[in-house]
Amino acid sequence: MKVMNMVQAINDALDVMLSKDKMVVTYGEDVGVEGGVFRVTEGLQTKHGAQRVFDSPLAESAIAGTALGMAVAGMKPVIEMQFDGFVYPAMNQILSHIARFRNRTRGKFAAPLVIRIPYGGGINALEHHSESPEAYFGHTPGLKVVIPSTPYDAKGLLISAIEDPDPVIYLEPKRIYRAIKQEVPEDYYSIPLGKAKVLSAGEQLTVIAYGAMIREAQKAIAQAKQKGYSVELIDLRSIYPLDRDTIRESVRKTGRVLIVTEAPQSYGPAAELMAIVNEEAFLNLEAPPTRLTGFDTVIPLPLGEKYYLITPGRIFSEIERIIKY
Amino acid sequence: MFNQDSLDKYKALDNQMFSLIDAEGKPLDNKWKPELSQEDIVQAYKDLLFERTADQMAVSYQRQGRMFTYPPNLGQEAIHIAAGRVIKEEDWLVPAFRELGAWLAKGVSLKEIFLYFKGNEDGSRFVKAKRMLPVSVPIASQLLHAVGIGYAMNYTGEKAAVFAFVGDGGTSEGDFHEALNFAAVWKVPVVFIVQNNQFAISVPLSMQTRSVNLAVKGIAYNVPSLLVDGNDLFAMYEALSYARRQAMEGKGPFLIEARTFRMGAHTTSDDPTRYRSREEEELWAAKDPLKRLKSYMAAYLNYDFSTEEQLISDYKKTIDLEFAAAENYPEYKLDDVFAYMFQEMPAELKRQKNSLENYLKQTGGAK
Repeated sequence: MKVMNMVQAINDALDVMLSKDKMVVTYGEDVGVEGGVFRVTEGLQTKHGAQRVFDSPLAESAIAGTALGMAVAGMKPVIEMQFDGFVYPAMNQILSHIARFRNRTRGKFAAPLVIRIPYGGGINALEHHSESPEAYFGHTPGLKVVIPSTPYDAKGLLISAIEDPDPVIYLEPKRIYRAIKQEVPEDYYSIPLGKAKVLSAGEQLTVIAYGAMIREAQKAIAQAKQKGYSVELIDLRSIYPLDRDTIRESVRKTGRVLIVTEAPQSYGPAAELMAIVNEEAFLNLEAPPTRLTGFDTVIPLPLGEKYYLITPGRIFSEIERIIKY
Repeated sequence: MFNQDSLDKYKALDNQMFSLIDAEGKPLDNKWKPELSQEDIVQAYKDLLFERTADQMAVSYQRQGRMFTYPPNLGQEAIHIAAGRVIKEEDWLVPAFRELGAWLAKGVSLKEIFLYFKGNEDGSRFVKAKRMLPVSVPIASQLLHAVGIGYAMNYTGEKAAVFAFVGDGGTSEGDFHEALNFAAVWKVPVVFIVQNNQFAISVPLSMQTRSVNLAVKGIAYNVPSLLVDGNDLFAMYEALSYARRQAMEGKGPFLIEARTFRMGAHTTSDDPTRYRSREEEELWAAKDPLKRLKSYMAAYLNYDFSTEEQLISDYKKTIDLEFAAAENYPEYKLDDVFAYMFQEMPAELKRQKNSLENYLKQTGGAK
């Protein structure tokens, strides 16, 4: 075991898989010599060579489109979109081809590749550097969407994503890249995709979240605990496939649910989660399911982010309101 | 044989077009001898005749309401037949959608093609065609897949080329340019073939680009590029063979603009009389690739064309059998909608599938 932050854990997962499988390659903008703008791929080119860890020309559609070609020809590309807002030029390749290749060819070809995207706000960045685009991918048939919240999960989930026979969008909550340190095994291990994790058990209310919102929720739940409230926290870890069973079990027990996502509200992941809560636990509900999400606005530039980003205070306030409902 | 000197002679920037026979099938250089043997030329003629017959029958099946929208190939077959002869079993074929003869040469069955245009994804299984991607509807996006495959060929050290098709309209897409650039930087064995048939549905080339031709678009990327007479089977064959040799020697990508004309409609839903003149159609009809090949054969091969009617009649029987096989293909199953989204069906998809199955069970399959 070694203490790692999320950047180191993802780097370690890539290193493990590059060592394990010769067909794994990783590329994108500044991924090679520089080791990525967040240093996630640091040292990998030196260790695995410039044919396997490399800088591509600057064109996101081409990064995604060529990865599909490689995957079809038997390789295992793990590509990086430098920032969340830079993935949009690649959407045609992802939505029109990567997500559909298995279905289009009736399984003759598939697109087993991973698209890594640092995502979310809270890092005082420029426009297009702080977005939460997960709904676009979760809404697209044929994609898996994985979002870790801890270094340990980040490594195990990325290894599973690379070994998965289908395309995986792997969203990295960049705001907590270096915020959490944890003991992480240095060897190979995997965490199955599509399985949520109950981070803390509780009786009165279920909080459902993922990614960077987990840490904010944990702070709010600690505050709630001091006030004597018993709150359960579910980390989804994957928004497609979604762990319906864990949600059902928890909400049937607590009867109250708060969903926290940074993504804008309308038609977003929280809406899907609320629908599932209603389908699965309607008769057990003691209060209307509630969502705390980003606004239907462009995420503001750094000086305005304080109004947009969901704080532990707001989460706590909702927890208390719902429990008292 | 086409070589580096030929490439220097036919400069795309000077708008020089590589052509070997004229509209009457007469060699432009009287010292020229075809790379294809006499038997190969006869077979190419038969393949072209087969493609044309199958294509015309596909249009008539569509007109009879037995097939959905279909994109005709009429007038562009020399490109397809030449490519079909150059593309080897180990090579990859990355199609757009209008390359019928090349598909057939790769091993795709007419039954599959008909099945696809009858609205069944099973038509993209390509059971006997190795290394052939399915139709790509989003224009030019498939060129990037070809470049990725090219990277894989270099990475694994396989000796194989990738042949990728796009149309004239596709050269306006960003993916076309990204593909050329990545191909050059990565030095991948990809042969890009732009079928310039003069119209992107209704939009003429003059409204698509101010470039002197489409081959020049490769030059800035340092991709060797050549403008070829796409209605000249010999020129297409020699240019494509050269491009493949270059790829095999590790010299990287190659771009060919195959200048041709779509003598039919864009698809069976299109009416070309709305946007092009009869004069233009007649001008190109005089350069029909089948007519040109036959004129050459008549003058230099002593081939007996009296059997052509019989050939076409035999082809029609074969094509009808393939169409019947597509019509008699097993019924589309509910399972087929869900089964291929992922290797293993997620619980959510099972749930959605079950809800429809239960409804159909309860109602006895009623609508």
